Formats: sequence, C-alpha cells, structure tokens
Amino acid sequence: MYRYDDFDAAFLAERNAQFRAQVERRIDGSLTEDEFKPLRLMNGLYLQLHAYMLRVAIPYGSLDSVKMRKLAELAEKWDKGYGHFTTRQNIQYNWPKLPDVPDMLDSLAEVGMHAIQTSGNTIRNVTSDHFAGAAADEIADPRPYAELIRQWSTDHPEFQFLPRKFKIAITGSPNDRAVTRAHDIGLRMVERDGEPGFEVIVGGGLGRTPMIGKVIRDFLPEGELLPYLEAIVHVYNRYGRRDNKYKARIKITVHEAGLETIRDEVEEAFVQTRADFEGVDERVIARIRERFVTPDFVAGGAEALEEAKADPVFRAWADTNLADHKHPDYAIVTVSLKAHGQTPGDATAEQMRVLADLAERYGHDELRISHQQNVILPHVRKADLATVHAELKRAGLATANVGLASDIIACPGMDYCALATARSIPVATQLAERIDTLRIEHEVGPLQIKISGCINACGHHHVGHIGILGLDRAGVENYQITLGGDATETAAIGERAGPGFAYDEIVPAVERLMLAYLEHRTDEGEGFLETYRRLGAAPFKEALYGPEKRKDAA
Amino acid sequence: MPRPFSPKIVTANDLIEGDVVYLTADDRWSRSHSEAELLEDEAHATIRLLDAERQQNRIVGAYLADAKAGPNGPEPVHFREAFRSRGPSNYAHGKQVAAGHQ
Ligand code: HEM
Ligand code: SF4
Repeated sequence: MYRYDDFDAAFLAERNAQFRAQVERRIDGSLTEDEFKPLRLMNGLYLQLHAYMLRVAIPYGSLDSVKMRKLAELAEKWDKGYGHFTTRQNIQYNWPKLPDVPDMLDSLAEVGMHAIQTSGNTIRNVTSDHFAGAAADEIADPRPYAELIRQWSTDHPEFQFLPRKFKIAITGSPNDRAVTRAHDIGLRMVERDGEPGFEVIVGGGLGRTPMIGKVIRDFLPEGELLPYLEAIVHVYNRYGRRDNKYKARIKITVHEAGLETIRDEVEEAFVQTRADFEGVDERVIARIRERFVTPDFVAGGAEALEEAKADPVFRAWADTNLADHKHPDYAIVTVSLKAHGQTPGDATAEQMRVLADLAERYGHDELRISHQQNVILPHVRKADLATVHAELKRAGLATANVGLASDIIACPGMDYCALATARSIPVATQLAERIDTLRIEHEVGPLQIKISGCINACGHHHVGHIGILGLDRAGVENYQITLGGDATETAAIGERAGPGFAYDEIVPAVERLMLAYLEHRTDEGEGFLETYRRLGAAPFKEALYGPEKRKDAA
Repeated sequence: MPRPFSPKIVTANDLIEGDVVYLTADDRWSRSHSEAELLEDEAHATIRLLDAERQQNRIVGAYLADAKAGPNGPEPVHFREAFRSRGPSNYAHGKQVAAGHQ
C-alpha cells in the first residue's frame, strides 16, 4: 500500500497549522468571508445549504483499514454518524462546525489523509479504476501512473495557472471502469505486440457542454507518458480560452481547433518534451512502484465459492457483487452502498468499521471507493466469501444489486448542495424502493441510472443508460430524462427524450422505460443499451409520452 | 411602470454552525423562517440587507429571498427556501429535528 513519505507529513502539518490560524481569524472577525472563502475551499471546506461540508480526498479511491476507521471516527465525533462517498472517489461530511474543522484535519493527518483539493485551475486529483491492482483484465496497476502524474503536476510551474481546471482519469485495463472518455485527459491501458501502453483520449467532459473525449494517440508506450501529457498541456495552455469560463475547458479547444490540428501540434511539442525528460520519469515510476506492494496471495480454497452458492441469498449476491480477480482463488467484492431506499453512497460509522475489519481480516487490508459510490474489497479469497457475506448482511451491507437498476448514482442535489436546481437523493431512493417492490431488477439486468441535481452533472447523468437531470422550471422541480448514455469504453452522451417530468411523475416514468425495455428486447441477452441502440428512441418515447407524441416526433 | 415589489426576508448561514438563519425585526438571527422580518418595501429591504452584510463575524452570504405572509409568520415561496427552512429530505437532520418534523 502506498504511504505518504516524511515530506508529505511535514507539508500536511504546516498546511493544517496555517488553516487553523485562518479559521481562528475568521471567527474573531479579522478575516472577511471574501478573504476566507478561497482559503477554506483550498482545504476542502464548502458551505452548503444547511451546513458546512468537508470533502476528504481518497487518492485513486484506495485506502486501508486504518484510514477507513479514521473516516468512521470523524463521522462519529464531528458529524452525524455517517459520511457520503462521491463519484470522484472522495468522502464528504455534511455537518461539520467551523471551529471543529482544524481538529478534523489534524485527526486525518495522523493517518496521512487530508482534504486539500488541488483546487483552482490546476491539474486535479487523478481518478482511477476501482478494481486497480486486482482486476483479471488488468494489464498493469494504474495507480503508480496516477501517483506519477500527481507528483509531476503538483507545483509544476507551468500548470498552476491553466485556463481552467484539468481532470485526468486512468485505467490499467482495456475495459474502462474509470469513465476515461468523460475527462479532460483519459488514459486507457492497452497492449501492442505484448508491450503495455496507453490509448490517450482528450477533450471529454460532462457539465454544461457534455462531450466524449477523442483518441489523440491510439498507442503511447508507457515510458513516454509524462512527456506526452506535458505536450498536451503546453498546447492547451497556448489555445485555451481564458475569456469565457464555460469555453475554457480542453473539450472546447479540441472542438474548435479540430482534433487533427491539436494532434499535429502535440506531436510537434512532444519532440521537445521527450528530449527534455531523458527518461527521468521512468526512474521515478520504478521508485513509486515499490510502494504499491502486491499482496501475498494465498492459493487454494476456490471450491468453497460453488458450495456456498447452495444458499440462494448468497448466490444472488455472488451473481451481482463479485468480479473476476487476477488470482484464480480470489474474487473482487463490491459492497453496495445502495440498499433500497437508502441514500446512495452513504455509510454509517459502524458500517465503515465493519468494512475496515473485513478488509483487515479477509482482504489483505485493502479497500477502494468506486465512482459508482460503492466500496470494494479488492482481494478476498473465495474460501472466505461466505463469511464475508454473512458479516456484511449483519451490517446491512449485503444488498445484491451492483450494476442493476437500483445501483443508482446520485449527486447530493438540493438536499445539501447550494448550486442545485432540484433534489436528486429522494428521486434515487424512491426509484430504488419502487424497483424493489416490483422485483424486476434481476430480470431487467445491467442498467445504469444516474441522477444530477443541476447542469454541473456531478451525478454523471449524461452517461447513464437512463440519465435524470433535475431542473427548476418556473419555481417547480422538473426532471429531464436522457437515454442511451454510456460510461464505458464505448462511451456516449445520452439524448434528451423530450419534455421533463414533475417530481411525482419521474419514478413512474422510469418504471415505464424499464417495462418498455422488457417488452422490446430480443431476449435476456440483449441489455437496455443494446435494445436502445437497435431500436432507437421511438419505443421508449412512446412509453414515456404515449403514442400521440411519437407520431408528432416522427 | 416599475414591477411591484414582492415581499422578501433576509437570510444567510450562521458563521459557526453553517445553519440557515433569518434576520428578525428586532435584529436577532433566528433559526426559524416564521420569525423573519417580512420586508414589503423595497428600500427598507435594501437597508436590512446592508444591516445583515455588516455582521460578517456572525453570518455568511446574506441575501434577500422571496417570502409571503402566513398565519404563523412569513413562509417561503420557492422550494429551495422551503428546503432551507426544514433541512434535507433524506434524514431527519437539521432544523426539522427541533421543529418536530413538518
Ligand atoms: C455539494 C457540493 C458540490 C459542489 C458545490 C459541486 C460543484 C461542481 C461544479 C461547479 C462543477 C462543474 C465544474 C466545471 O464544469 O468546470 C462540478 C463538477 C463535477 N462534480 Fe461536483 N460539486 C459538488 C459535489 C459533488 C459530488 C458529491 C460529486 C460526486 C458524487 C461531484 C462530482 C463531480 C464531477 C464528477 C464533476 C465533473 C463533471 C465534468 O466532467 O464536468 N461533485 N461540481
Ligand atoms: S450536479 Fe449540481 S446539484 Fe449535484 S452536486 Fe453537482 S453542483 Fe450540486
């Protein structure tokens, strides 16, 4: 497991002491809110609708039992006994009080954690595949590269004042679980002639102007990663529009200048950057790799999994919540934080402790947070799965719905977020309850429903098979549906289905979509997205709006 | 002709706790929407907002929000203000705890 080194610890202590003094000066009135706001944002502290919110970074979504217990402690001591895991692989506390925040940060620092949002127009936290280091389809663990990028970009003089913030996602597998096509730069590991390298994708992003990233380089040898990234950022820095904040993202640069132009200029800049790097990055990555230790896997015991499946409850869970591990006697366990009717991504302090204990006893002390707002135990022996499942069940964590309709991503929306135009959490919880009542999600199969409470798209609604965007239409909550979005390597932006639905109409509308899919699919093997791609929007629009509407549209 | 002024209240977040607060006629910050001073005159509303903004060491982000008179005092007009006056809908946290669930 990666550990912060001494330098980082000293840096954190200094930052925390600084912030403690700033909080004191804010409270005694010597700092105004205008002066304080940028300082608190730099330290992950936001002011939301009902309270402050502290956003704690979980780099690449990886943590161990000590860190998870620390998160539980914070939830209990300074919040209301729970935390909210987000789509950016962070955790948010919704109820801290301003004078307590310096203590929370000091407490986090004891285990090398922090809330520093590399905020501003710089390169943000690198997000990564939540199955990193465990997935059967993985070519290499992407986290050392993510850490390499973090070290390279932190305090890089040229990149402190980019036209706009810059987000990078990286996956070590050809199967994209990190939504690489919706980031400014996406890196998807692929192999060519037995050599590992990256497919480099630029110009993706969601928000106000959603765009799917384009492949700028189909194969970049792994050793040339940093000089190539640096070349992209050079070119972006030259082009990026600083006149308009909505147009300053690299997606707009690529769109306006054209991929070919940008590619030619990047390749030209790359000649120079490659020469400048002289292989420095290859030595650095070798050092970083030593810190990501592969656990000592214990062979044998795989037959226990098949035996445990005699229990139908275990079997249902195993069918949805397990994924293939690179070691044949292990499995990857996804723990659903989407119990029907519960807030997506929320975990109580008690649940966090159960997860920490399970990781320690049965999971080589590793945990991950996924952008789907679930928790992963990446390395569990098949021999231990039945025990792990039983313990999860006791803690209310054994919901068998990963990848199914009720495994909904939802942003905090207007229950917490000051920017929201409508609520998203109650739409998610009511929808999940309805799905549970209908008992149809296992029949419907893989279906991704994603909900955002405003156009910033923190809930990734654009890339949901069914996306829901909450808006304020003349003082009333209104929900717009998009269809056909895809967050994987075949990424697509969903298309608007038509007029929006009122708060009490949105759950029945989504129910009609699921029923329409069941009616129109060729057989069980054809997923929602495939049926949508084969038939187009027409049958789904009919399900939403009735036959007249379809005739109008035709 | 100028548009008629729609009544307002002054609201903000408490500096220490972050909780939603409302400016009362007797210059307190109340946690309860119904205790807010209903401002029916535009010039007076502007003055009250300035009064609020001067209290930087007590509150954050003061603004005027639409409100209407009700039997127990001012009531929110927009749903955002209604949520702010209660707390989140997924847990009985925030103001609704003290108010005994509305
Ligand atoms: C509640 C406090 C939050 C605030 C104030 C906030 C604000 C924003 C804003 C303003 C943007 C747009 C940035 C831009 O397009 O340049 C954004 C983007 C984003 N947020 Fe949040 N957010 C919040 C919570 C969350 C949460 C809880 C999640 C995860 C569940 C999240 C995930 C994201 C993601 C993934 C994006 C990037 C979308 C893109 O590619 O453009 N945010 N956020
Ligand atoms: S999508 Fe909008 S409402 Fe949801 S968390 Fe992001 S900014 Fe807030």
